[in-house]
Amino acid sequence: MDKFEKFTGIVAGVDRANIDTDALIPKEHLKSIKRTGFGAALFSDWRYFDDGSDNPDFVLNKPETKNAEILVTRNNCGCGSSREHAVWAVVQYGFKAIIAPRQDENPGFADIFRNNCGKNGLLTIELSEVQVDEIFQTLEKEPGVQGTVDLAAQTVTLHAASGDQVYSFDIAADLKTKLLEGLDDIALTLQYEADITAYEAEHR
Amino acid sequence: MSKTLFDKIWDAHVVKELGNDEVLLYIDRHLVHEVTSPQAFEGLRLAGRKVRRPDCTFATMDHNVPTDESRMNITDPIAKAQVDALTENCATTSVTLFPLGDDRQGVIHIIGPEQGIVLPGMTVVCGDSHTATHGAFGSIAFGIGTSEVEHVLATQTLRQKKPKNYKVEFTGTLKPGVTAKDMVLKLISIIGTAGGTSCAFEFCGEAIETLSMEGRLTICNMAIEAGARAGLVAPDQITFDYVGSGNRVYAPKGDELVKAIENWKQFYTDEGAHFDHELTIDVNDLAPQVTWGTSPGMGVDVTGEVPALDAVPEYSPADVRAALDYMGLEPGTKMTDIEIETVFIGSCTNGRIEDLREAAEYIKGKKVAEGVRMLVVPGSEAVRYQGEKERLDRIFIEAGAEWRFAGCSMCLAMNADKLRDKERCASTSNRNFEGRQGKGGRTHLVSPKMAAAAAVAGHFVDIREEL
Repeated sequence: MDKFEKFTGIVAGVDRANIDTDALIPKEHLKSIKRTGFGAALFSDWRYFDDGSDNPDFVLNKPETKNAEILVTRNNCGCGSSREHAVWAVVQYGFKAIIAPRQDENPGFADIFRNNCGKNGLLTIELSEVQVDEIFQTLEKEPGVQGTVDLAAQTVTLHAASGDQVYSFDIAADLKTKLLEGLDDIALTLQYEADITAYEAEHR
Repeated sequence: MSKTLFDKIWDAHVVKELGNDEVLLYIDRHLVHEVTSPQAFEGLRLAGRKVRRPDCTFATMDHNVPTDESRMNITDPIAKAQVDALTENCATTSVTLFPLGDDRQGVIHIIGPEQGIVLPGMTVVCGDSHTATHGAFGSIAFGIGTSEVEHVLATQTLRQKKPKNYKVEFTGTLKPGVTAKDMVLKLISIIGTAGGTSCAFEFCGEAIETLSMEGRLTICNMAIEAGARAGLVAPDQITFDYVGSGNRVYAPKGDELVKAIENWKQFYTDEGAHFDHELTIDVNDLAPQVTWGTSPGMGVDVTGEVPALDAVPEYSPADVRAALDYMGLEPGTKMTDIEIETVFIGSCTNGRIEDLREAAEYIKGKKVAEGVRMLVVPGSEAVRYQGEKERLDRIFIEAGAEWRFAGCSMCLAMNADKLRDKERCASTSNRNFEGRQGKGGRTHLVSPKMAAAAAVAGHFVDIREEL
């Protein structure tokens, strides 16, 4: 996994709650035995018309936002199927971070999706509902606005015309380290092979 | 200290504490299918790693396989590549495979229980969100992504943080015609599709204790539709009888089984154990449920109507509007006035023998309404054989339905079984997402009995009035 570096990129918003992984990548695009080539399939039912042409109203087809690197959605993003293809599609499109709101017990991201993102160097950022509302308002006024994500500092900054909007976010310390250092989970776990063998011996 | 059922199983599988609340959790059973595994096997190969416990790993092809006569000669080249890759990957790593054409092939979550692969007290994972199904045995079972599939293949463990405990108690007794499917759809409509996020449900109460294993499997299956990765039911005599019955090749037998059952009796929630969340649902007056929208939480009683935009607590008016536009429905429409064109009976939610029996019992001697297409897809080849032994296939065929071979089929429409644009379907599956059963297709989730009744009437009906 590549190290997660601080970056500045275009922000694009898909103003919907409960975006499921069938919407992120419809199943007709799952029939691959490879880990690459999913970027073109991201949001394909919303992004393309039936004849395969672009739907010009969809945010990723607009000239200002088609090269976006930060995605903003509403709550419970990535619910449904565990297909990691959804994360591969988001990453291979070019996104490096997703922002969604958490309100009390109502999470920004579904569990399996959030886990899958972490395994692929895609940062999931939870902000408050008020903050995400504010971001959507800015996106509406200033399509193509840029944002900077600084994982080390745990901030995302929206570079609005009226001035920078800076938001701090929380992240689990272990995930932060893994992303910043680009660590491979399997290699990390295999350090404990003796423990695994001992567990197996005890439970046989 | 008092522990929950979940805590007991979790604690027994901790290999090592990793800090930051993360543990290395041992995995007893790893179930594998053709769609989410090829990239994991490839990753393993590229890193020069081996499958650590092929004896604990079981595979089948289910997601993309045709369920008609053509199934042995898959013509879709990409689907065939996935099936071939799984065959090759299992052969080179000594993983047990139930291939297409094998008597034990079927939907992975149907065959796990059926073959005795999944047992009480185990940890079970699969690259599929409906792995929650297996929690019905009193096991911790949850879905994982492909990176985690590779991690389990290589290490037989996962790095995990413990979820919270969420108790869902179903009190009372179901009325005739009301089923486990209605119980879980009701739960999801109450707490929404994110209500169980970061939690493991324990389903308990009188209405769970009296359910068959099939019914418990249906409820645990849809835990994920309420956002929870896992849902558990404490094992009891019904569980033990299920494990001891039938031809469960991988389950313990004889004295071994007696010993195992003694051990399994420790898996229950202690008096006074702490739950982070608790919810009680009384099922005495529970009505059959039908979904009207594009999220499993968008459901109502069959006696109800499509709600007003601002009358759905877990969804914003904009979400409801978008769902209704997609579904081609308007607020105020009575659910029983909604006409359907297709009926799908099957899936890991409702593709077990009991589900087919319930649908067949209703449809026996009746005819599928003019213009309605009905697909009955057994969850496994073993279910198909049993159904044919009981002549259920004849009942469905004589009613005008199609009787298929086992597979996921129209639940996710990765094979040729798809809805057309705007085609409306009564489905016993688990997801009514946009495009789930085919681009533009409109899915209403119901129980097998309700699906059978809709097939005959051509629209939804209150099954209770038909009994």
